[in-house]
Amino acid sequence: MLLGHRTWKFENRPAIAAAAAVVGPEEGEGPLADDFDIIHADPYVQQDSWEKAERALMEEASNLAIKKANLTKEQVQFYVGGDLLNQIVSSTFNARTLSIPYIGVFGACSTSMESLALAALLVDSGNADTVLAGTCSHNSTAEKQFRYPTEYGSQKPPTAHFTVTGAGAAIVRSSGPGPVITSATMGRVVDMGIKDPFNMGAAMAPAAFDTIQAHLKETQTEPGDYDMIVTGDLAKVGHGIAKELFQEHQIAMDQTEFNDCGLMIYDVEKKKDLVQAGGSGCACSAVVTYGHLLKRINNGELKRILVAATGALLSPLTFQQGESIPSICHVVCIESGGE
Amino acid sequence: MANKQLKKAMPVQQKYQKLAQQKEPPRPIFKNCVRAFIAGGTICLIGQGIMEAMVHWFHFDEKKAGDPTVAILILISVILTSLGVYDKIAQWAGAGTAVPVTGFANSLCSSAIEHRSEGIVLGVGGNMFKLAGSVIVFGTVAAFIIGIIHWLLGGGGS
Repeated sequence: MLLGHRTWKFENRPAIAAAAAVVGPEEGEGPLADDFDIIHADPYVQQDSWEKAERALMEEASNLAIKKANLTKEQVQFYVGGDLLNQIVSSTFNARTLSIPYIGVFGACSTSMESLALAALLVDSGNADTVLAGTCSHNSTAEKQFRYPTEYGSQKPPTAHFTVTGAGAAIVRSSGPGPVITSATMGRVVDMGIKDPFNMGAAMAPAAFDTIQAHLKETQTEPGDYDMIVTGDLAKVGHGIAKELFQEHQIAMDQTEFNDCGLMIYDVEKKKDLVQAGGSGCACSAVVTYGHLLKRINNGELKRILVAATGALLSPLTFQQGESIPSICHVVCIESGGE
Repeated sequence: MANKQLKKAMPVQQKYQKLAQQKEPPRPIFKNCVRAFIAGGTICLIGQGIMEAMVHWFHFDEKKAGDPTVAILILISVILTSLGVYDKIAQWAGAGTAVPVTGFANSLCSSAIEHRSEGIVLGVGGNMFKLAGSVIVFGTVAAFIIGIIHWLLGGGGS
């Protein structure tokens, strides 16, 4: 059911039957290490190129999610996925291996919640019973495509992000057990004219603000109704700006725990030289949500959360041509299933 | 172009950009300069050491000792790049490791390694100068202009 302009209320309460989070070495040293299903010490994941490594992570996460839900891949009707690489090859190649009917989506780092929301929509509307949603990113493929060669000695400014190596996948089903997806708000593309690709937090913060406030307004809730509101990958700079924006518009984010996946996944203070402002990438919000947050919902620690995955929709070409960075944010509300 | 003008005209964006600028942690310029000085100086010191060694032990004259010195510095840089160490040093050192010849070698080597998976010809061959190419182009252009100035000032052609 449509609420307001852009919020879907899922009345049939599709459930996340199982989820898997696979990460690389740096994430495995972070504070959430215990919540990830598989941690790879080898950034190549025993493959011979970065791209193959990213693909291997995605395959592993989707197979594990299917296995955890006690399903076979034949029972999964659709796979909704995307990633950061050109022509979303990691997801496409994974879909080739899985041979599940595939819907490829691109929302940069917001793909995690975009795919989850679409999966929930498919299930809620009765057009599918079991859908796989997943996304992945790899630090080195992102560096290679968007920045410089991985071994190139360039100094990163303190506003830069560190792309998360990992993959997250979730199985959305028409009935539980598991946490349920109750609503989702789709983002508009917001562009405040930030041009620095090393400051994506500042570019994405207004998008996060826009979609979160729209969600609150259209579902007639306030921040205090949620145990936690997390943004995808605003990191230190963007999170600070987002807080300021909410304050300016008198939205009381202090009623809830307002955090950011990019700040949660690494020990940002201790690893400052490596991660700078914090984590980013499709996998950032995916592994934090599917690994850490869902576990906390299942434990009963959290009852109702909002995940606002943020994406910077730039390409190496557009920023070299001097264009600003358009950004987007998709919000999904996840609640504990046992009510 | 029209896009650019439109952006300039939007006060909401301007206001936001001001806020974003306030929230942006400043780049530690002074610290970076000191580090660049230390790292760059150390590399030059090592280079000088190699050059002295070439003169003393391998009987090069002062002019010719430069060639093997540069070659050895490049070799060290390439080895450190291949071992995955150079980029970590560079995050600390900044311009200190980018400006000397070792930085140039690093840019070539890192591009070559990165694109090895796309094959020898199109991958390594085609991408090796992706970063270094502009150094060569603008180095040559700068040398040409300086040469003309030198000639105009009566410095002669030698």
